[in-house]
Amino acid sequence: MWTFFHKLASPPHFYGLAGKFIPWFAAIGLPLVAYGTWAGLFIAPPDYQQGDAFRIIYVHVPAAYLSMLAYMVMAIAAGIGLIWRMKLAHAVAASAAPLGAWFTFLALATGSIWGRPMWGTWWEWGDPRLTSELILLFLYLGYMALRAAIDDGTKADRASAVLALVGAVNVPIIHFSVEWWSSLHQGPTLIREGGPAIAGDMLYPLLAMIFGFSFLFGALLLMRVKSEVLYRERRARWVRRLATESAGAA
Amino acid sequence: MTTLPDTMPGLGRGFVALLRRDLLLAWRRPGDVLNPLVFFAIVATLFPLALGPETDLLRTIGPGVVWVAALLAALLSLNGLFLADHEDGSLEQLLLSAQPLPLLVLAKTCAHWLLSGLPLVVISPLIGLSYDLPADGLLALPATLLPGTASLSLVGATGAALTVGLSRGNALLGLLVLPLAMPILIFGARTVSLAAAGDTMAGGVYFLGAYCMLALTLAPFATAAALRISNE
Amino acid sequence: MEMLAMGKYGVYVWTCFGLTFTVLVTCVVQARRRHRAVLREVRRHMQLTETDE
Repeated sequence: MWTFFHKLASPPHFYGLAGKFIPWFAAIGLPLVAYGTWAGLFIAPPDYQQGDAFRIIYVHVPAAYLSMLAYMVMAIAAGIGLIWRMKLAHAVAASAAPLGAWFTFLALATGSIWGRPMWGTWWEWGDPRLTSELILLFLYLGYMALRAAIDDGTKADRASAVLALVGAVNVPIIHFSVEWWSSLHQGPTLIREGGPAIAGDMLYPLLAMIFGFSFLFGALLLMRVKSEVLYRERRARWVRRLATESAGAA
Repeated sequence: MTTLPDTMPGLGRGFVALLRRDLLLAWRRPGDVLNPLVFFAIVATLFPLALGPETDLLRTIGPGVVWVAALLAALLSLNGLFLADHEDGSLEQLLLSAQPLPLLVLAKTCAHWLLSGLPLVVISPLIGLSYDLPADGLLALPATLLPGTASLSLVGATGAALTVGLSRGNALLGLLVLPLAMPILIFGARTVSLAAAGDTMAGGVYFLGAYCMLALTLAPFATAAALRISNE
Repeated sequence: MEMLAMGKYGVYVWTCFGLTFTVLVTCVVQARRRHRAVLREVRRHMQLTETDE
């Protein structure tokens, strides 16, 4: 078991392994997203209340889900990196942050566009989910800004890891407080919890989108981690050999 | 290690010594203490000037304005929490000390709160009065600001420790600390609003107290870890 | 064509889906560009150290 972990943590081995996994993740994720998009747009019946506008759910929910998943991945990786001083874990945390920020942005943008026909405004402060997403975006931006502000690589890894962990403790508290805050004036929400059960024709494309997006996120994450590993190991012999080989191929 | 050497001072003494030192330093330079307080009062003055003197409006925005002003004043003073010690090298002495670093960090945080947080708590009813808040609201202001500013000092200390050696740490600190401080702001400001409207303030004050306790147990460790990393 | 109009919500639905796929493609492009940049950086570094020797 331990030898497996040690091997996994060794940069050249991980680099090769990640390269093998990326096409698989893409091969699973792309068809799922293609099916979900097609079925979500054309097969699923329009919602009895929101009409066709509810179809935005097929991009909004996966984006919101991944924005939180990416934060979890980032915080767990940061914790592992901080405790066991594992460089690879820091590379994962550093790679997850910009992806998470993109998905958070996407969740905000699609939520706002969805809100326009539903509420008549581009932004509704009363919706607790959107407000939480906005704060999550600020957390991502703070993490990335701190990382960018520290020149020394190891120090940047460890300092930003502390911030990621502090943020991870705060995320549920932020979520709870925003829920409480919006519950005071019964704001309108896009998605109600415990609402009417969603029919199969509507649900399957959504599940396909969520899983498909997750696999695409995995592929993107591994692509980014590969570059991070290369950069961190830029003085190692195997990286130099790789760089010369790729120069010949290009 | 079964017995401590006689020369090693107890845990409480290290804490008290550092707290006394920070308070004494501030006593000799009173400007540092007054600045956040004056800043707090000025920010609270900006809003009536910008929005107009209608009493109804001021009564509605009062709780939020006082809380935002307190948040910004805390942020302003946080930047200097470790800066002077970092510049004159005494921070490194603290890191090398045999005393547990989280405890020393807690002493510095306590000093920071006594110097920048507590004065805000004390004068907050005056600001509330100028916004024509009813008596319940005036009472709720210090009641929420007391645990609130303490939490801000504790969480903010982690941010200050992360940015201490950085050239552009000043602007970065706000970016790191403000999102984390949002639950405090939400509960603080809303509780005062509710109290001013005649509602009970117990729920919000309990939440802030619980948050403060959580911050008290976790933040000193995070701050200590961050200080060690910043000074590696 | 009626399917594409999405009732009166066509603009909103299509903007959201378009935005989503634009962001996904941007992420892929960003990741690839970064990968090539790192490889270039390594090669440049190698040339510098070779001339030193």
